[in-house]
Amino acid sequence: MTVRVQREDFDVGAEIAELTRGNPRIGGVASFIGLVRDIADGTGVSAMTLEHYPGMTEKQLATIVAEAKRRWPLEGCLVIHRYGRLEPTEQIVLVVTTSSHRQAALESCAFLIDWLKTRAPFWKVEDTADGARWVAARQSDDDAAAKWAKK
Amino acid sequence: MKLLYFAWLRQKVGLPEETVTPPAGTATVGALIDWLKTRGPGYQTAFADLDIVRIAVNQEYTDRDAAITAGDEIAFFPPVTGG
Repeated sequence: MTVRVQREDFDVGAEIAELTRGNPRIGGVASFIGLVRDIADGTGVSAMTLEHYPGMTEKQLATIVAEAKRRWPLEGCLVIHRYGRLEPTEQIVLVVTTSSHRQAALESCAFLIDWLKTRAPFWKVEDTADGARWVAARQSDDDAAAKWAKK
Repeated sequence: MKLLYFAWLRQKVGLPEETVTPPAGTATVGALIDWLKTRGPGYQTAFADLDIVRIAVNQEYTDRDAAITAGDEIAFFPPVTGG
């Protein structure tokens, strides 16, 4: 169960290979990769900068991962989240889960990204033609996280 | 106590962090915010709408009713937008 917060890019193939290496109990791997888009709410975005709260970010991500592990029988789990300046098409976040069967892997992966979006202390500021614009939190993200309420 | 500000709260306050000694009797986050708002227009703007200010004490989410003490690390920030 690994959590990394870093400025550098990541290699999805290498990360998955590392997470699954030598573990014959894994029957399914699920992943989510978040990318920077070039448009948000109808406005062109030339770049974005992600700020975070060092210390609390890692702590919150570890708590979310522990909750996923409590709910599903996972073999492995990896969360990598980048910060700093990123341009469209760049990778922002990677969530990978592994389990004996697909359902646990797929569900826990969706849970992790939904909870991460509403709990991990990251903030995005976008560069647009009208200047810098802080991204506002979305009700749809809160709704997505809420559907995973205690079970 | 150590205060941290992130995203647009940092810009409005004009500082990423500071160490403060609020008046004796400032026992909750809410009381701390009331005191901070007396310190200048930047703080007043930052804390104008508390519905969009999230609070963490010692890196755990909490609310304005939370008790605070001298050694705490208290962070103020907008709703998060990672992922």
